[in-house]
Amino acid sequence: MKKVIKFLSASFLFAVMALNANLAISADYKVGFIYIGPPGDHGWNYQHDVGRKAVDEAFGGKVETVFQENVPESADAERVMTQMALAGADMIFATSFGYMDPVINVAKKFPKVKFEHATGYKTADNVSTYSARFYEGRSVVGHIAGKMTKSNTIGYVASFPIPEVVRGINSAYLAAKKANPNVEFKVIWIFTWYDPAKEADAAKTLISQGADVILQHVDSSAIMTVAEEAGVYAFGQASDMSAFGPNAHLTAIINGWAPYYVEKVKQGMAGTWKGGEQTFDGIGAGMVIIGELNDKIPASVKKEAMAIRDGIASGTLHSFTGPINKQDGSPWLKAGETADIGTLLGMNFYVEGIEGDIPK
Amino acid sequence: MFKLIPRENVSPVLSLLGPLFSVGFTMLIGGVLFYFLGVDPFAAIKMIFWDPLMSETFSTYSIPQIFIKGAPLILIALGLSVGFKANVWNIGAEGQYIMGAIFGASFALSLYPLESIFIFPTMVLMGILGGSLWSMIPALLKVKLNVNEILVSLMLVYVAEQILALASLGFLRNPDGAGFPGSRNLSQYSSASNSELIVGTGIHLGVLLSLLMVVFFYVLLFRHSLGFKIKLLGNSPKASGFSGDNPNKLIFLCLTLSGSLAGLAGIMEVAGPAGQINIDFNVGYGFTAIIVAFLGRLNPIGIFFAGIVMALTYVGGELTQFMLNLPAAAIQVFQGMLLFFLLSFDLFVHYKIKLKGNK
Repeated sequence: MKKVIKFLSASFLFAVMALNANLAISADYKVGFIYIGPPGDHGWNYQHDVGRKAVDEAFGGKVETVFQENVPESADAERVMTQMALAGADMIFATSFGYMDPVINVAKKFPKVKFEHATGYKTADNVSTYSARFYEGRSVVGHIAGKMTKSNTIGYVASFPIPEVVRGINSAYLAAKKANPNVEFKVIWIFTWYDPAKEADAAKTLISQGADVILQHVDSSAIMTVAEEAGVYAFGQASDMSAFGPNAHLTAIINGWAPYYVEKVKQGMAGTWKGGEQTFDGIGAGMVIIGELNDKIPASVKKEAMAIRDGIASGTLHSFTGPINKQDGSPWLKAGETADIGTLLGMNFYVEGIEGDIPK
Repeated sequence: MFKLIPRENVSPVLSLLGPLFSVGFTMLIGGVLFYFLGVDPFAAIKMIFWDPLMSETFSTYSIPQIFIKGAPLILIALGLSVGFKANVWNIGAEGQYIMGAIFGASFALSLYPLESIFIFPTMVLMGILGGSLWSMIPALLKVKLNVNEILVSLMLVYVAEQILALASLGFLRNPDGAGFPGSRNLSQYSSASNSELIVGTGIHLGVLLSLLMVVFFYVLLFRHSLGFKIKLLGNSPKASGFSGDNPNKLIFLCLTLSGSLAGLAGIMEVAGPAGQINIDFNVGYGFTAIIVAFLGRLNPIGIFFAGIVMALTYVGGELTQFMLNLPAAAIQVFQGMLLFFLLSFDLFVHYKIKLKGNK
C-alpha cells in the first residue's frame, strides 16, 4: 500500500511539473528545419545541417534553430511543420522535394510563418523555393571522370528519374565525352535517395560491368566505401566523403546551403524576406562547391577542371552549350546556343550518346 | 540451462495487465535510454505522452491528429487481429494498404476531371477491393497449396512497393507535375477528396470508420457465431473440423478480411491526409499495426486504445525530436520496446521458468 501511495504521489508531482512547463521555443527568432533522412548521412541532409549550424553561429543567441530528421514526404511532414509553427517557429526550411504540397498546405494555415522549400516549384506569398545548379558541378566531375577512366566505362548510380537527376547525368556525360570521346555511361536507377545497402549493390554491379569511375546521385557514402575496396574512383555527393575512401575520392560536389540560409534568416529578421521567389544558384554564388582535388588526378587534368569550374562561375561557360542532340538524334541546341531554364527544370530526356532509357 | 514449462492456470488478470506493464516498462527503459542520449527523461516522456493531449500550445491541433494517425493503425490492426486469433498470420498488411490506395486512386484519377457524387464511394470500394485482392494471393496459395502465408504476404509487400514506384513514375504520374514523380493530388479533386468532416481538425471519414469498425468487430468476435468459429480454428483446428466448419473457408475469410481493412485504410489515407500516390506513400502502418493488434490483446476495444497510444508516441515523439533534439531512431526503439516488453511479459504469464541442471 505504501508503495502504491508513493507511486501515486510521484505521478501527481510529475503531472504538476508537466502542466507548468513552458513549451514555446524561447529565442527572438526561431527557425525550423525538416530533413528527409538523418543528418549523419554525410550527404544531402548533412549539408543542410551544416547550413543550420551556420545560422546558429551567425546570429549567436538571437536565433534558435530546431530540426527534425527522417520526416517522410507524406501527411507526417504536414504535421511536423504544423507542430513547429505552433511551437513558435518564424521560418521553416523544408529540405526535400516531396514536402512541396505539405509546405503549401501548412503555409496557408500560418500566413505569418515564412517557408523556404528546397527543389520544389510551388510558391505562395509566404513560400519561396531554392535549388542549386548541381549540374554545373557535374560538368567538372564529368570531365575528371572522362580523363581518369581507363576502361572508358563510367558508372552512374541514380536515384529517381526526375529532371534534376536526368540533368546531372546529361551534364556529366557531355563533359566526360568532351574529355574522352570513347567513354560510355552505365546508369543504374535505385529509386531511393538513401539506402546504403542498395547503393553499395548498385556500385558493385557497375564495377563488375567494367566501370572504373563511379558517379552517384544518391546520398550515402556507401558507394565511396565500395569504390575504395574495389580500387576504383568515385566522387563525393553533397559533401566531402574522402574519409570513406581516401584513394577513391577524386573530389566532391558540395552543397553550399550555409550562405543562403544565413541570408534568408537575416532577411526574415529584418522584414525584407519575400515570398514567391525561386532561387536557382550554382558555382558562382557558392551554392555548389567543388571539393579538394585528389592528388591522384594529374596536374593537367586538375588545371582543366579548375578552368571549367571558374568558367562556369564567371558565366563564360555553360554546361549545356550546343550543338547538342537528344538521345533519339533530334536536334536540341544549335551550335553556341545554351539551354534555357525551362528545359533544364523539366528535363526528361537523355542527350545523344547515352544508352538505355529513362525509367517511365 | 533454462526450461519453459507451460502454466496450468494462466491468470486472466495478469494477462490483461500485460499492455499496461509493457507501456510502463517502455517508459522506464526508454527513459534510461533518453538519459544516456543526454535528454532529460522526464521531459521527454512527458512530451510524448502528456503534451500532445494537454499542452495549450499543441493539444487543439494534436488531439485530432492522434486520431488521424491512429485511424489507419486501428483499421489494419482490427483486420489482422481476426486472422491472428485463427492462427492465420497476415504479415503483409503494408502491401495490401499500398494496393488499396493504388486501386482506389487509379479509379478516381482515370475519371479526372469528371465531377460526380458516385466517384468517392466507388473509389472507396475499389480501395477495399484492391487490398482484398492482394491478400487473396497468399489466401489462395495457403488454401490450395498449403504455402506459408507469412512468407507470401510479407514478400508481396515488396512487390506492392515496386508497383507503387511504377505508379508514381508511370501510369499515375501527374501530367502537370513537370516530370516529378507522384500522382495528382486527390485532395484537390473534390469528387475524390476524403475531406475533413469537422472543419479545421483534419478528422476525415477514415477516422469515423475506424471507430465504427471497432464496434463492428466487437460484435463479430463476441456476439456472432463467426467469431466463435474463428477462435475455435485458432485454439483447436481439429475441433473446428469436427464441428463441421471448413477451415479453408475460414482461413480465406480471415486473410481477405484483413486485406480489405488494410485496403480501406490505404484509400482513406491517400485520398485524405497523404493526398497523392507517391513513392514514399507507405510509412509502415501495416507493420506497426501488428504491434497495435498485440498491444490491444487482439480485442477490438483494446486495439482502439493501443492504436491511440501508438499514435501518441508518433505525434509526441515528433515533438521530442525538435523540441529536445531526441534522434528519430530513439523513438523507433521506444515503439519497438512496447511489443518487446509485451511479448516478454506474456512469456512469464504463460510459462514457468525452471533452471535445468547440467547432466
